[in-house]
Amino acid sequence: MTKSLIYSLAVATMALGGTALAETIAPDAVEIVDMEVNASITGSAGNATDGRDAFADRKKGNCLACHANSDLKEQLFHGEVGPSLDGAADRWNEAQLRAIVIDSKQVFGEQTVMPGFYSLNVGINVAEDFKGTTILTAEEVEDVVAYLMTLKDN
Amino acid sequence: MIKMRTLTAVMSGLLAATAATAVLAGGPVDEALIIDGETEITTRTAAPEGHPFDELISGWHYRTDETRALQADSFQNPGMLYVERGEEIWNTADGAAGKSCADCHGDASESMKGVGAAYPKWDAASNRPVNIELQIDACRKNNMQAEPYKFDAADQKALTTYIRHQSQGMPVGIDLSQGEMQSWWDNGKDLYYTRTGQLNLSCANCHEENNGNYIRADHLSQGNVNGFPTYRLKQSEMVSLHNRFRGCIRDTRAEFPAAFSDELMALEVYVTWRGTGLAVETPAVRQ
Repeated sequence: MTKSLIYSLAVATMALGGTALAETIAPDAVEIVDMEVNASITGSAGNATDGRDAFADRKKGNCLACHANSDLKEQLFHGEVGPSLDGAADRWNEAQLRAIVIDSKQVFGEQTVMPGFYSLNVGINVAEDFKGTTILTAEEVEDVVAYLMTLKDN
Repeated sequence: MIKMRTLTAVMSGLLAATAATAVLAGGPVDEALIIDGETEITTRTAAPEGHPFDELISGWHYRTDETRALQADSFQNPGMLYVERGEEIWNTADGAAGKSCADCHGDASESMKGVGAAYPKWDAASNRPVNIELQIDACRKNNMQAEPYKFDAADQKALTTYIRHQSQGMPVGIDLSQGEMQSWWDNGKDLYYTRTGQLNLSCANCHEENNGNYIRADHLSQGNVNGFPTYRLKQSEMVSLHNRFRGCIRDTRAEFPAAFSDELMALEVYVTWRGTGLAVETPAVRQ
C-alpha cells in the first residue's frame, strides 16, 4: 500500500467519522425536558448486546459498581449503592432511561450520587486524560439504553 | 479457630458467587477488637457534637473475618514488621549532627505515648498544622541536620507507624483551639463535601451517605483514619494517609493534590476530627 493511498483512506475515514458526528448531539446540547430525552442522541438505535458489555465494563459504564442486575449474574459482586436494575424497563420508559444515563442529576436532583454518563457538568480538577470527555460516548449511551430496555420482569 | 474463619470466608465467597445479585449483607459487623486477647480497642463510640453521625465506627468492622483476625493478632499483623523497622530507625543516628531520635526523646514507649492520638496539631513555626510525617521532617532538619524524607519513603512510613503505634488504644483527640486549626478544619470540611473529577464524587458521597453499602466488592466504611498508617492487603504494604487520600481522589478521575499540601493537610485535620474518640489502631489491617 502506498503512502498516498493510506493518506486518502485516512481522509475518507475522517470524512465518514465527521458525517456520523454531525448527527450526534454534543453533551452540552442535549436537552432533558420533564426528565426525558425522547430521541436517540446518535440519530440511530442502540445495540443491546454492546450495551450489556458497556454496562458491565469497569472502564465504561461500570454500572455493577452500584447496581445489582440478575441478567449479569455471571459477574461477581454487584453493588448496592443504587437500586437493583431488575425490571428497570417496567418502571421507566426509554426516554426516561436515556435521561437518567445522560445526566441523572437533572432527573433525581443535584444530590444524587450517580454520575452523569454523558455530561460535562462534573466535579473540580478533572484529570488531564478525562478533561472535556464524557464517561460514555453517545453511541455507548444508546447501547446501554437499548440494553436497559431489555431488563423486564414481566 | 483459624480453620473456622477460613471456612466461613470461603462459604461467604460461595454465597456471594451463587447469589451475586442478591443484596449483600451490608453494615458493620458486631464484634469487639481485642489485640492479642489483651488490648481492647475502642472501635465504636458516640460522635462528638456537630458530627453528622450518631455513632463512629472503625473501618475494622467493615472488613472480612480474615482481615479482622489479622489485625487482632500482633504476630500475624504484617504492619508490625514496620513497627519493628521503625524502632530500629528510632535508635539509629542519622544526619550531620550524629543524633538518633532516641538521643533526644529516649524511650518512645514513654515519650511518644499519646502523641499519635493528638496529631495533626498546630505548628507555630510553620504557621500551619503538622502531622507526624512533617514533625519527623522538622526534627530531622533542625535537630539531626538530616534530609527530610521523600514522601512515602519506606523509612518515613516505618517511623511514622512506630510513633503512632505508641498510642495504640488511646482515643483520637485533636486540639482545634490552637492557632488557626479551626479555619483549617473549615477548609477540610469544604473539601470533604466537594465533588471532584469526571465521576463527580465527594468524600461524603461514599463515606457519609453510603457507608455500610457495597460498591462492587468493596464494603464502604465511614472513612475514619484512626488506623493509619494502615497495612493494605491489596498493595501488600503500609499505606500512608496522604497516599490513601490521593488514591480516593484519583479514583474520581481527578488530579490529586500533593502530599502534605494545604488541601490534604486541611482534609487530614477535618477527617481526623471525624474519628474523635475512636482508639488509635496503628497498624490497622485493611483490604
